[in-house]
Amino acid sequence: MSATAAVAAPSVYSGGSSVIALGVLLAEFGMFRQALLRDQVRLYAVQSGLISVLAVLVAAVRHLPDLYVLAALSAALKVVVVPIVLRRLLRGIGRAGEDEPAAGWTEIAGSGSLSLANTVLLAIAVAAFGFFSVRALNIQSSVLPITALEISVSVVLVAFVLMIMRRDVASQAIGFLSLENGISLAALVVAAGLPLILEVAFLFDLLVAVVVFELLIRVHHGRAESLSTADLTSLRG
Amino acid sequence: MLAVILLLLILPFAAAAVSLRAPDRVAGAVTAVTGVACFGLVLALVPAAAHRDLGYLSYLRIDAVSVVFLMATSFLYGAVAVYSIGYLAPSRRSRDPGFSRYSRRFYTGLNLFAWSMLAAPMMNNLALLWIAVEVTTVISALLVAIENTDGAAEAAWKYILIASAGLGLALLATIFTYYAGAQVLGQHYDLSFTPLLHAGARLPHTPVRLAFVLAVVGFGTKMGLFPVHTWLPDAHSEAPTPVSALLSGSLLAVSFYAILRYYQVAAAALGPAFPRDVLLVFGVASLLLAALYLLDQRDVKRMLAYSSVEHMGILAIGVSFGAPIALAGVLLHVLAHAAAKGNAFMGAGVLVHKFGSKRISGISGGLDLLPWSGPLFGIAILALCAMPPFGIFRSEFEIVQGGFSSARYATPAVLIVLVTLAFFGLTVAANRMLLVPARGRVAADLPRGEPSAWMVVPVVAGVAALLVLGVHPPAELTGLLSRAVHQLGAVT
Repeated sequence: MSATAAVAAPSVYSGGSSVIALGVLLAEFGMFRQALLRDQVRLYAVQSGLISVLAVLVAAVRHLPDLYVLAALSAALKVVVVPIVLRRLLRGIGRAGEDEPAAGWTEIAGSGSLSLANTVLLAIAVAAFGFFSVRALNIQSSVLPITALEISVSVVLVAFVLMIMRRDVASQAIGFLSLENGISLAALVVAAGLPLILEVAFLFDLLVAVVVFELLIRVHHGRAESLSTADLTSLRG
Repeated sequence: MLAVILLLLILPFAAAAVSLRAPDRVAGAVTAVTGVACFGLVLALVPAAAHRDLGYLSYLRIDAVSVVFLMATSFLYGAVAVYSIGYLAPSRRSRDPGFSRYSRRFYTGLNLFAWSMLAAPMMNNLALLWIAVEVTTVISALLVAIENTDGAAEAAWKYILIASAGLGLALLATIFTYYAGAQVLGQHYDLSFTPLLHAGARLPHTPVRLAFVLAVVGFGTKMGLFPVHTWLPDAHSEAPTPVSALLSGSLLAVSFYAILRYYQVAAAALGPAFPRDVLLVFGVASLLLAALYLLDQRDVKRMLAYSSVEHMGILAIGVSFGAPIALAGVLLHVLAHAAAKGNAFMGAGVLVHKFGSKRISGISGGLDLLPWSGPLFGIAILALCAMPPFGIFRSEFEIVQGGFSSARYATPAVLIVLVTLAFFGLTVAANRMLLVPARGRVAADLPRGEPSAWMVVPVVAGVAALLVLGVHPPAELTGLLSRAVHQLGAVT
């Protein structure tokens, strides 16, 4: 908070929106400690839901009616459709893996190089870096307090840590999806006026990407009989 | 002209729809005709685009820069479409029950892939450009996985994950560009390209700077710039050969096209110094890495993939020189690299088919056993090494000349040294595969002959294109390139 903000108490709107943005970041951190893929998908749905709530809030306060539509479509896709696709995928894989029953359903392969605690420490460091470096850029927004942008960059960076540290394809895919959530949050702050047609095109594109991710996860599982990326080491040099 | 542009957007999509249902011979013929027709359509755009920008329906904008990239993509589309007929023939003859499914997927994917790459340079909107590039990613990831081997599954997963993460950064770049544009053009700005260029120096600097760096890293992931190139050798080596050729010659170029558009915006807003320095760093690093990796490659397709990283580095360096002749060289390089790398991959595909091995050590006596493809592969390698009289010689010569004329003596010198290093890597390997007499149990027993004429014809066309570009580029092309250079804002 800058000096002026420390003197004047933040309005309900800016305080509320910052709290929601913080919730998005907390959900991102929550994904680190989940041991079950199912819970990770649930957390992704919660995170996406929070962003839709924030979009509705912005739409109401800043009178941007397009954002209502965007919030509804985004919620339909990211809170309902994508989690259903992912859970169906995990369930199918859980049944298919016979010698390790419900393998994909339960376990998450953590990092091979860092313990969970160290991974979270790394994520905190990266998140702090994102938070403070955006402040140095001096970007102003008329729509949301700039704290939300700082948090969104932290979410993006933590999502990168998640993708890099996780050793199974499903978690990596969810890492990518939550990265996209971070970008959606950033878009609410600096690009709230983006024409609806383009936002819809982005969402459609995300849907296509999710379907392809799902297909490739199935291909991977079909060959490796697990979700682990431990076998993906033959191509080198 | 609108009819031509709409046909370019409709034909490949229609070919994909036909391929979804038709038997493989029909799909192959339709794809080949469509590919060649698309190249003809793009050529029809050249005279118009050399004189004015074509804008239609507010979302389509084709200028000289776009047409250069459309030419590269459509040429390779036509070439690999013809090549694919020969490429799939052995599997058809083997009467494998899974073949018709495979060929349906292959042709549908190939046409959709070409469609998305032809659409990207026509977009007059940075958001739609991003979406088109993302569509190229998801379709090509499926094409990389199509062989259904362990290697293909691994390469496809790495590719889609790394490329999607990179494109996530490119999406941030798009959003910050919107922010910068909206500050000047108002909240109803829709990310279209032309007003952004006109806003130029009025754009706020910090977001444009941020957006440019994010765009270079983000789209650079797909272009194969160091250090985010890691997916590239895997995907190029595991994909079916026609797809590898398209990945290398067209897909990387389309990503470079996106970077060029951000370069135009950044140069207009910040002046050329900052974007050039950024590109210089990434370009030199990529060239250095690729030159070193080329010295010790065991897999012929991986070797060609690293050669792509090398040439993308050269493109980035060429833009960073900024002199008009260097930019003309860069655009010519896009065309010549597409033809040369397409040829090299198609030639390598024949070698791999003939010897049943992707390993360089498993291939020998190519020149004796393959009366056409052997010499043609050798020519492609020499062309890639910038030997005269081929197109890459001319383009690299222009880039180096531009570097010296902009008084940056160290960088062109480094470029020449590293390109020479790459030359050693490529020619030593090609020598082993082509000139060393056939040895080993497998190679010695092979009969002399070509697997298919379909796999030779497009390579001959590629050599013809390389000769035309190298010896005497037609006046229409020179006019197009000079207009494109003007649009890229060449300042010494």
